[in-house]
Amino acid sequence: MVNDNSSQLAYDSKVEGNVIFTQLDSAMNWMRKNSLWPMPMGLACCAIELMASASSRFDISRFGAEVMRFSPRQSDVMIVAGTVTYKMAYAVERIYHQMAEPKWVIAMGACASSGGMYRSYAVLQGIDQLLPVDVYISGCPPRPEALIEGFMKLQAKIDGDPELQQRHAQSTAHRSSIIEQPGAAPAQAPAPGQIQV
Amino acid sequence: MEPAEAAKKLLSQVGSGATVSEFRGESTVTLAADKLVDALTFCRDELGFDMLMDLCSVDNSGEDPRFVVVYELYSIAKGCHLRVKTTCTEDDAEVPTVSAIWPTANWHEREVYDMMGIKFIEHPDLRRILMWEGYPYYPLRKEFPLAGKESKVEEVAFTEPAPLAGGPFVTASGAGDSDTREPRARN
Repeated sequence: MVNDNSSQLAYDSKVEGNVIFTQLDSAMNWMRKNSLWPMPMGLACCAIELMASASSRFDISRFGAEVMRFSPRQSDVMIVAGTVTYKMAYAVERIYHQMAEPKWVIAMGACASSGGMYRSYAVLQGIDQLLPVDVYISGCPPRPEALIEGFMKLQAKIDGDPELQQRHAQSTAHRSSIIEQPGAAPAQAPAPGQIQV
Repeated sequence: MEPAEAAKKLLSQVGSGATVSEFRGESTVTLAADKLVDALTFCRDELGFDMLMDLCSVDNSGEDPRFVVVYELYSIAKGCHLRVKTTCTEDDAEVPTVSAIWPTANWHEREVYDMMGIKFIEHPDLRRILMWEGYPYYPLRKEFPLAGKESKVEEVAFTEPAPLAGGPFVTASGAGDSDTREPRARN
């Protein structure tokens, strides 16, 4: 219901209530970053700190992340918490591939980031050899506050994700039949560090 | 029962070929592999060593025989420890299994096989336990580098040598203040 004298885009807050105009990208990113359901790939000691950060004192529920779904189909971010042995490596990758887009990876702790103190025949030297990692958290183990800061950094990364803008730009580029050289940057090149879905 | 007493009884049971050594109250009986099962059955049934605390192996590379398999026995009722050792050579790295005497030996012997390559005769399930089937090396042998070697088993696992950044970081224990003892790459 609109006032007769006003343009189509105006609204009467008494009638329509609380309505916010925003970009679809921003709205989507806001929703995604504030309900990141983790897939806790808790492999070793970092999993204890992950559990601690989910408990009442540190509470990642404040960030919407208390829903630790152990099913990859229902989760958004895989937190690789602990030493990834070569024996477990392909299993972690398999679980990652079962997650639905959009998905992110947090490498929690020294072992998941780089192999940690285990420069040995049995430990994968960083899960980024197999998966694309978005946030690395150092520590052995990182304190729950460090994990929460890693979460906030991931939220900041999701916040600036121009996914719809890029898709729109790519599709309009096709439609206007601009022939792009293979490997050229798309019309809206992602900033360094941004995710391209 | 004291360890020395248990060792003496075991020695008299086994007969010739077994030796005993003692260190700080702990007794170790060394015997040949063909007498192993009878001796350990005697330990469990007659001497009362109802618990096999540990089963591990030693690689004395360069010596002959190369491998030593160590059995750490404990009697729960009497609170007495006893160690039994047997040796095997590199070419004939086979030792009879004791998993029929103590079921816990099943997994310990699988670990010894996985890490050192010593086979256990008549073991019910001798396969790798820490590494995966198809892994081509025995990692705890002396010639295997700490960083590991490259290997690949399709769909199962792969390994690559880890970057050691100048060598394994070791401490100089007992050398003085913490600055000199700090773990770093030493020669």
